[in-house]
Amino acid sequence: MKTARLVAVLVIAAIALGSVVGGFLPRFDYARQDRDQIDAGPSSAHWLGTDSLGRDRFARLLHGTRVSLLLAPAAAALSMLLALAVGAASGLAGGFAERSAKATIDLVLSIPWLFLLLMVRALLPLNTSPALSAVVTFTVLGVLGWAAPARILQAHASRLRQSQFMLLGCASGITRGRLLWRQMLPNLRPVLLAQFWISVPIFILAEANLSLLGLGVAEPLPSLGSLLREMETVLSLGGDFCRLAALLVLVAVVSSLQIAVSHKEAY
Amino acid sequence: MRRFVLSVVLLLTALLNAAAALDELRFDLRSEPKSFNPATVADDSSETIRYMTGGVLVRLNRDTQKLEPELASAWSMSRDGKTITFTLRTGIAFSDGTPFSAADVKYTIAQLMDPALHSPTGDAFRSGTGKVVVTTIAPNKVSITFPAAVAGLDKLFDQVAIVSSQSPKKEMAALGPFYVAEYKPGAYVYLRRNPNYWKHDASGRQLPYLDAVKLEIQANRDIEFMRFTRNEIHLINSLDADYFDRLSHAAPDKVRDAGASLDSEQIWFNQVPNAPIASYKREWFQSRNFRQAISAAISRADLCKVVFKGHATPAMGPVSPANKFWFNAHLQPTQLDTKKALQLLQSDGFRYTGGKLYDRGGHAVEFSIVTNAGNRGREAMATMIQQDLRAIGITVNVVTLDFPSLIQRMSESFNYEAALLGFVNVELDPNAQMNVWLSSSEEHQWNPKQAAPATPWEAELDRLMRAQASATDDRTRKKYFDRVQEIVADELPFIYLVNKNALTAVSLKVQGAKPVPLRPQTYWNIEYLKVADERAGK
Repeated sequence: MKTARLVAVLVIAAIALGSVVGGFLPRFDYARQDRDQIDAGPSSAHWLGTDSLGRDRFARLLHGTRVSLLLAPAAAALSMLLALAVGAASGLAGGFAERSAKATIDLVLSIPWLFLLLMVRALLPLNTSPALSAVVTFTVLGVLGWAAPARILQAHASRLRQSQFMLLGCASGITRGRLLWRQMLPNLRPVLLAQFWISVPIFILAEANLSLLGLGVAEPLPSLGSLLREMETVLSLGGDFCRLAALLVLVAVVSSLQIAVSHKEAY
Repeated sequence: MRRFVLSVVLLLTALLNAAAALDELRFDLRSEPKSFNPATVADDSSETIRYMTGGVLVRLNRDTQKLEPELASAWSMSRDGKTITFTLRTGIAFSDGTPFSAADVKYTIAQLMDPALHSPTGDAFRSGTGKVVVTTIAPNKVSITFPAAVAGLDKLFDQVAIVSSQSPKKEMAALGPFYVAEYKPGAYVYLRRNPNYWKHDASGRQLPYLDAVKLEIQANRDIEFMRFTRNEIHLINSLDADYFDRLSHAAPDKVRDAGASLDSEQIWFNQVPNAPIASYKREWFQSRNFRQAISAAISRADLCKVVFKGHATPAMGPVSPANKFWFNAHLQPTQLDTKKALQLLQSDGFRYTGGKLYDRGGHAVEFSIVTNAGNRGREAMATMIQQDLRAIGITVNVVTLDFPSLIQRMSESFNYEAALLGFVNVELDPNAQMNVWLSSSEEHQWNPKQAAPATPWEAELDRLMRAQASATDDRTRKKYFDRVQEIVADELPFIYLVNKNALTAVSLKVQGAKPVPLRPQTYWNIEYLKVADERAGK
């Protein structure tokens, strides 16, 4: 399993490095439309051909991967912070706080997230730059995605609160702050990391879902989700395999992340 | 005994073959029909069924765009435009055998004008306060008098399917070429040949040629496309350019580009005085020079070439060139001219420095274009406009919204700067656009529901539209409406971009199909269509 994790980490690192470095090269302009070269096949000028607006597919793939791979972990981190604040804190406190947090988490989980996302997206200011729209989209995903990890963190925190070593610590007169810092948080760390790595592909896919509805990252900035839109009709099944590049990257990223979730073994 | 069994088997096989050998046309409806009552038709699928089952007094020939007699062999209009008199054909019966007479016309008009029924078809006839009077002059002659003149009155009867006043089947008794034989919600509508259809071809053979039409309900365009390629359906009435292109490579004989359709795509700026947008932006949007500059900076040729794969026509104004009579032929499409755009902007005090455009107050010119999410064509057009306007230093943010949010912004909160949407035009007559051009109208998108016209040119539009509506002579009406088109082309409240071409796909098995830009593009002559190979193939 360790080898699988190593391979996964290397794959993600390679994709991330390639997209970050490649994205800064001036040769790869993701927005420039060459209107005489629409839907062109691979060539020395356009390694993966061009899309329906004549934009370089390879440049868009580099930038799109970078956007998704930078912002999805950021959204996952935000989501973990919220989950820690609500789930872990209430699990540690116990009693009324735990019961009300549990009810809130259940309530949030019962909301159809897609409709909530659509509503929040519709309320955003219109004049946001494409880069800001990408940040906002992933922030919204992060803010709305805390409930599921919070429930797991709450259960673990609750179990820790009632564990023998915590009782012994209390009986030995260790302060609550020190107990929290030295005992609770290190024990929650593997759960937190596992939840973080699970959330990353979920957010990449959620953004892809929003993009399929035309509500993801704003044009002309690409993301893995917006690139996948090229494949939304049956026409994408014909001949042009370059369209599949985004799908291949997405599959690689998501699979790698899923393997990386072997952190789960730690708890 | 063996001989008897063999005979029965042979007989059954013959019967099954006979049943299978029906000349049946198959195509997809993209949504569930909402109504089978011709008076309450308001959606495309119901309109399809009404077109094929409804008998009308006069029919607009979709090819020549001229009115032709149907159930009425002749008609005349009074000079004041209030009364129309029809002479009806005799010896005609509904699909269930009930005879057709002037009483049915009277009954149909009463249904249409019944306020309780809220008939969208009837709304087109509402010309003023007062009752519509239908007089049966003779069993085959009827006159209808409206309280005020109705512009283009005779053409409106193209939509009026006559309903029987006596048949126990009411609106399900048809005078058209087919009648509804079966309806399975969510699955299909099955139309059978009307055995009493009155029309015959030149050789005296009773029409329609087809025995049946099967309309399968299929909202997914991918599935519709696949079904066509697998020969499971015979036609697609309206294709997107991508599908058309794919099909034209695989089977060029099956696709037809009938040229510019009546539908248009356009952008407009929010000019509502109390809209929640910055005052300096409102000033830009209310400037004619600014709108003309934006128009000149957009490459319509590229929009047609890239987004519609060459299957679109640069738009010239509110009327498509497909509308043979009402189109103002003096209008020309705006050509891409970045220099002219910058000159127009400079004359309004804008400065172009360092690749950016600033207004006289020093504000960088930046605005958002909203459009409906999920419409790939519009999203692509907005992205292309974004690049075109970057060439004159303008930053455009493309915002895609779900449709309800978009409508809420455009018609309630007015919280938007520019919008890119399309108009689906069904009717040729300019009266159908009355709600768009009158400044008091809710559909006057750039600044709706004005108490009084905000600008002199909008006042002039009001005057001209009312004048054309009250004139009875088509030439006079055209003169007024030509002027409307000129004002719109000059003031650009809507910046018209393209008229999409009417793209259709028709199986080689279908004979007699002659696709046209007007709806229904492929089956407008349904009674003359044949599925010739079907029987031979089996």
